Amino acid sequence: MPLTMLMIGTRKGCFVLESENRRDWRMRGPYCESWPVYQTIRDADSGAMFAAAASEWHGSAVWRSTDDGETWTLSSEGLAHDGERKVSKISSLASAHGRVLAGVEAAGIFQSLDGGETWSLLSTLEGQPGREGWDDPANQPPGHLGISALMPDPDDASRFWAIVQGVGFFETTDDGKTWTPRNRGLRADWPRPYDEVGFCVHRLVRSPLDPDRMYQQNHVGVHRSDDGGHSWHEITDGLPSEFGFGAAVHPHDRDTFFVIPLDPLHARTMPEGHAAVWCTRDGGDSWARLDKGLPQENAYVGVLRAALTIDDHEVPGLYFGTSTGQLFASADEGENWSEIASYLPPIWSVEVAVLD
Amino acid sequence: MMADVRLPPTLTPLFVNLPRRVEVDAATPREAIDELERRWPGLRDRLCDPGPELRSHIHVYVDGDRAQLDTPLEPRSRVDVVAAISGG
Repeated sequence: MPLTMLMIGTRKGCFVLESENRRDWRMRGPYCESWPVYQTIRDADSGAMFAAAASEWHGSAVWRSTDDGETWTLSSEGLAHDGERKVSKISSLASAHGRVLAGVEAAGIFQSLDGGETWSLLSTLEGQPGREGWDDPANQPPGHLGISALMPDPDDASRFWAIVQGVGFFETTDDGKTWTPRNRGLRADWPRPYDEVGFCVHRLVRSPLDPDRMYQQNHVGVHRSDDGGHSWHEITDGLPSEFGFGAAVHPHDRDTFFVIPLDPLHARTMPEGHAAVWCTRDGGDSWARLDKGLPQENAYVGVLRAALTIDDHEVPGLYFGTSTGQLFASADEGENWSEIASYLPPIWSVEVAVLD
Repeated sequence: MMADVRLPPTLTPLFVNLPRRVEVDAATPREAIDELERRWPGLRDRLCDPGPELRSHIHVYVDGDRAQLDTPLEPRSRVDVVAAISGG
């Protein structure tokens, strides 16, 4: 029976939960010496795990494990900008085609070709509109994440996408040498000096079945693309809030997509204290609330951008972690939920791997 | 010139067999960190930003006084490297 492994990045280290049946879970950790961990991933080819971390004392590093998270070592060799720019944190990780990518603040993308032992700068997205202002803390949203997400193309090693927090979504097809903003059709409720950028993309996912189908949870709305991000249209109608962070697409149905709407402004918790994941099964034409087993009153919890995920079982499981340390799981596409950890540190990311 | 270097407890788990207390031949804290880097590759990055300069929450004291990377050491100086109080 395959093993389902959850990797939880928290403000106080990385945790691992494992289950053969997605009902009974065993927890291990904390790992990475309880450093703040923004994201933990598992490379599907090598089985190595990587954790993006930033210690207030000892700086930023990528931790790695080759024994399914039992033991970890860290490296930051080469993970530094030139000159005055500093790497304040490693915000995002991705692996594909034999390399690991790390997105950092101040905005930059580093790569490792030796399994995370050494790193080199790949791109700072130079030349993009307004790029010279991205490093100014006054221009950055709270969190100062820089490159908040990276998304490789499984078929083309030189093509991948990056989100710059508060700026937008970008595509490269020449391994980071040049970039194209992919924000056309998005809404922004604030002044923008450049047409193509200035959008607050929180989370973006791509259908494994249809590479042209993408979805994003934006600061202002949920949006869909049918042409690989070249254009977007809004599908927020029917949701209780246009605001949220997490997003997940069904691995076997391009029209099924999940979000967790949150109250905007200061709250950023689930509307009316009613915990729920919302699902569309028709590409955003209609939405349904999934809340069976979730707390339905007095649950003022938030879920951050990397803290909702979905596995690729035949009947997929959904998982989300809250910024107050609860972890919820569903083994049936969100129809029924259970709380599988209650007292973790603030959860920043939830990733899943299915191991045969 | 041997210095008696005391390291913070958050540092020692990051490197194999790194003790809390190390004797190194050094004329300044910078040289002491250089020697620690030679013995435990990667250690400098945990104490210093590129430059190198001390990380903002890493403080160094030489014989009880707040010091910088180039503060001169006396023979048998005690060098305390402290992870300063930082958040919750």
